[in-house]
Amino acid sequence: MNISDQMTQAFIVCISAIFTNNILLSYFLGLCPFIGCSREMKASVGLGLAVIFVMTCTCLLNWLVYHYVLAPLSLEFFRFIMFIIIIAAFVQFVEMAIERFSPYLYQRLGVFLPLITVNCAILGASLFMVIRDYTFIVTIGYGLGSGIGWFLAIIAMAGIRQKLSNDSIPKGLQGPGITLIIAGIMALAFIGFAGVLAGQ
Amino acid sequence: MKTQTKQLVNEGMWSNNPVFVQVLGICSTLAVTNLVLNTVVMCVALVFTLSLSSMTTSLLRKFTPRNIRMMVETLIIAFYVIIVDVVLKAYWPQMSENLGPYVGLIITNCIVMGRCEAYGNSNPPGVAFIDGFFNALGYTVVLMIIATFREILGMGTFLGYAVPYFSSEYWDKWIIMVMPPGAFFMLAIVTWIFRSVKMSKEEKTK
Repeated sequence: MNISDQMTQAFIVCISAIFTNNILLSYFLGLCPFIGCSREMKASVGLGLAVIFVMTCTCLLNWLVYHYVLAPLSLEFFRFIMFIIIIAAFVQFVEMAIERFSPYLYQRLGVFLPLITVNCAILGASLFMVIRDYTFIVTIGYGLGSGIGWFLAIIAMAGIRQKLSNDSIPKGLQGPGITLIIAGIMALAFIGFAGVLAGQ
Repeated sequence: MKTQTKQLVNEGMWSNNPVFVQVLGICSTLAVTNLVLNTVVMCVALVFTLSLSSMTTSLLRKFTPRNIRMMVETLIIAFYVIIVDVVLKAYWPQMSENLGPYVGLIITNCIVMGRCEAYGNSNPPGVAFIDGFFNALGYTVVLMIIATFREILGMGTFLGYAVPYFSSEYWDKWIIMVMPPGAFFMLAIVTWIFRSVKMSKEEKTK
């Protein structure tokens, strides 16, 4: 496959990861922070941005490690540990770098970075990238698209929950219950995008 | 010892149930609840990982420096998950393919980490094992309920066998149930019912 074909495919994969195959609404990844941290708009935006950045970078790093280190040594089964270590190390590194160079950004994103290490969407994206055999360029599109998809879902949820905060909800349904129902309705709405990429 | 075990069973299965009370670790397993068989395999994997990694964390708790314990816990969990993954690939490749990345995602399943951190880290290995086991079992029960409803309503089958009424032409299959929104709705309903029952029970005892 030549470069321009790959670019086209990367674009398609990116759009489909945002809308039709949203990592949160159709693969259920990253649900815990989605339910736990979506109460406030500000926190959601911060967490979402951090996820976009970390997901894109770790997907690429993991691709390089998987194809140039693990695969030649046929240590593929070792990928879980490798990926987790890379993600944790990368997050730590970014946190230190941001703290050093941009106090403003650190204030906005700093608290969310440690949370990301245990966000299953990050590891999930890397594992999907391996299973689906993406090339390096396509992986860029995939990581970016998945991150943006997650970001969109969490800010939509935060907006809805802010509106809901004054409504009376049955006691047993408060908190996670109502959040899951809204997530279900959002997932329904996102199914509507399925026709956008015919032939996918 | 006896009463402690009883209390652990009650906590894991009901009063502190991982799914509808703590709302932890639903990410990686919700995706496989469209078929009962997938759910069973996934839950067995989770019971195995959670109970043994909780026990191992507890065994190592005296030798682990406090500031790197998260890393150690992650490595312990990853170790057991790799065992599950390799065994599944070798003996049941079809199932391994069906579950896709979700077996690997047990590593970041918050409930495993949560139990190791909250219980395994400060208790002897025996009780840590029991705590992990029953937490995983409480998790399994809820997921089995969701999976059963989703498969019967959405496909008219149970474990792949046709269910009399639901697979006949009188029943319009709810395709939405096997699609992602179905999982969200089922989990919401189950959470709602269990929480309401729990609340009314607590009010009565007061």
